[in-house]
Amino acid sequence: MKIDRIKGIVATLDRDNIDTDQIIPTEYLKSIKKSGFGDYLFDGWRYLDSGRLGMTSSQRKINPEFILNQKPYSTADILLTRDNFGCGSSREHAVWAMRDFGLKAVIASSFGDIFYNNCFKNSVLPIQISKQAIDSLFAASLDAPLTLEVDLIKKELMMNAELITLFDVDDMLLDRIIHNLDDIDITLKDKNLIESFENEKKTSRPWIFLNHD
Amino acid sequence: MHQTLYDKLWDEHLVETAASGESLIYIDRHYLHEVTSPQAFEGLRDKHLSPWRLSANVATPDHNVPTQRGSAFQVEAIQDEIAKIQVLELDKNCVQFGIHQFDITTKEQGIVHVMGPELGFTLPGMTIVCGDSHTSTHGAFGCLAMGIGTSEVEHVLATQCLKISKQKNMLVRFDGQPQPGVTSKDVVLHLIKIIGTAGGTGHAIEFSGSYISAASMEARMTICNMAIEAGAKVGLIAVDNQTLDYIKIHSQLSETMLEEAEIFWGSLHTDQDAHFNKSITIDVTKIKPQVTWGTSPEMTIDFDGAIPNSEDFEIDQRSNVELAKKYMGLEGEINLLKLKFDKVFIGSCTNSRIEDLRAAAEVVEGKQVAQSIIEAIVVPGSGHVKAQAEEEGLDRIFIEAGFSWRDPGCSMCLGMNPDQLSPYERCASTSNRNFEGRQGNLGRTHLMSPIMAALTAITGNISNPS
Repeated sequence: MKIDRIKGIVATLDRDNIDTDQIIPTEYLKSIKKSGFGDYLFDGWRYLDSGRLGMTSSQRKINPEFILNQKPYSTADILLTRDNFGCGSSREHAVWAMRDFGLKAVIASSFGDIFYNNCFKNSVLPIQISKQAIDSLFAASLDAPLTLEVDLIKKELMMNAELITLFDVDDMLLDRIIHNLDDIDITLKDKNLIESFENEKKTSRPWIFLNHD
Repeated sequence: MHQTLYDKLWDEHLVETAASGESLIYIDRHYLHEVTSPQAFEGLRDKHLSPWRLSANVATPDHNVPTQRGSAFQVEAIQDEIAKIQVLELDKNCVQFGIHQFDITTKEQGIVHVMGPELGFTLPGMTIVCGDSHTSTHGAFGCLAMGIGTSEVEHVLATQCLKISKQKNMLVRFDGQPQPGVTSKDVVLHLIKIIGTAGGTGHAIEFSGSYISAASMEARMTICNMAIEAGAKVGLIAVDNQTLDYIKIHSQLSETMLEEAEIFWGSLHTDQDAHFNKSITIDVTKIKPQVTWGTSPEMTIDFDGAIPNSEDFEIDQRSNVELAKKYMGLEGEINLLKLKFDKVFIGSCTNSRIEDLRAAAEVVEGKQVAQSIIEAIVVPGSGHVKAQAEEEGLDRIFIEAGFSWRDPGCSMCLGMNPDQLSPYERCASTSNRNFEGRQGNLGRTHLMSPIMAALTAITGNISNPS
């Protein structure tokens, strides 16, 4: 199924430098599964107690002050934040937690490089827009819960059917989300290319290919 | 065409460039650990795929292993059942797919970024990846090394390639020699204070200058390790005689192979007049010992400096500063000198190499850990570092001073194994991240050098190293 539009409630986190340890603390990285992380999203801010892997939201002491614990944001589809979101650890679990919670897009003025790449592997769209545009969205969110719409084909961010801003994103990365493409399938189409590259290097850089035992 | 070191490494490994700029890069070395690999192996099983080239891969458990193990330890003895499953899963996956692993019972096991270079798996000019952001460490050897996510771990296992876009080039020149007591950790924290945690985002940072030329490989690894804390997933340093000397000692290459490789390795430096998109020069002679006060590595000050007031910042930054001060329990404090510390951690992929342990041991020799310190631990980065330290008698110095001498692992860097802070405990830590909750829920982390952490253990608070 083609995903060309994302529309929904926007939860705001008015902070710079939100690192992936905040998005999901290390405790939950002990899981060997690829899903089930939604209850641990922003764990340190969302709950007043310390959790363990396997516990659910209903077993925890909820922090009523935190936006994702408040209606209508508890079913938010889009996250709005500020600079350098997703810096720090490479943990893809951060994106898995956002996806499992139900977030489909995150809007920020900049992103951590590794986090940004991880998003596209999991159908979470990172949208980078100017600080001024971020400021105006935060201002708009103060009056009433914000609903935004993203057109992935035209790369448009809209509010009440009006264009707020265009955003820039690599077409190939965006295609992965629109068509839910698998990177490995795409790369293995070039299997012969990789093999011939590797064979050439086996001659010119043999020390790379030594077996160790 | 004048190229940077990063440009050269990129071109050397470029399999294919796509129209949109995303390229296919061949990966020479892939390090694996227990936390970010299980889902990748599961993905291979689901797709009925095998690793493309087994010899590229080296694995070891490090993140959630306990550090009080002793010599007869077996994986079954891990108390935390969930952590145990993850370590066992790595054992199982490595056996099933035929991947070379230094498991928890081996004498080589250690933090993957400490173990890899010392066993000779990291060689100049390689592309190196690992599902861990501190993979930038290996850039110290003139490698293109970076952290990747788990989907990319699976992709590298299956295809031996990474699909990425090229970073821009950034140059950081460190000139001069530091004052006594000032280490590579202080130098890199000082840099992050100046350029910020997003200062290198989108860039590969090359470190150069007279300070880097004179620095040991251990110091260079500490600098490259922290490149990611400046936002750059790639940090790197040109190959020189220092690099080659290290490789000769640590690699398992034959004499003839080394000679052949050295011809190529000799080209691994930036050409004169190569273009950098960004550059900064830092005078190292003026740097004081650095300590972080807040919840981001950029929140760094001189050890005796004033904690910033939020009014000193732009309006949009003020709430970040206030939130950090509140979390760190700094209301009413003017500087860091009166803070009472509870724990001291000397270790992590940033500062657990032999040079770090020697520097810390020199500070604590003949002294005692302060009464007010609940726990002070020294965690060597690998089995080899541990053995070397014990041969030099460093373990005795630490133990006699009241430190706990541990087995290798990531330990208290990340609150994933038994070594953690309790809520509100304050820690002098040689690790790399002071994020909220990083060392344990509500724990308070102050990043610093091994010398400053050792001194904090002895005096109970941050003191003047001279």
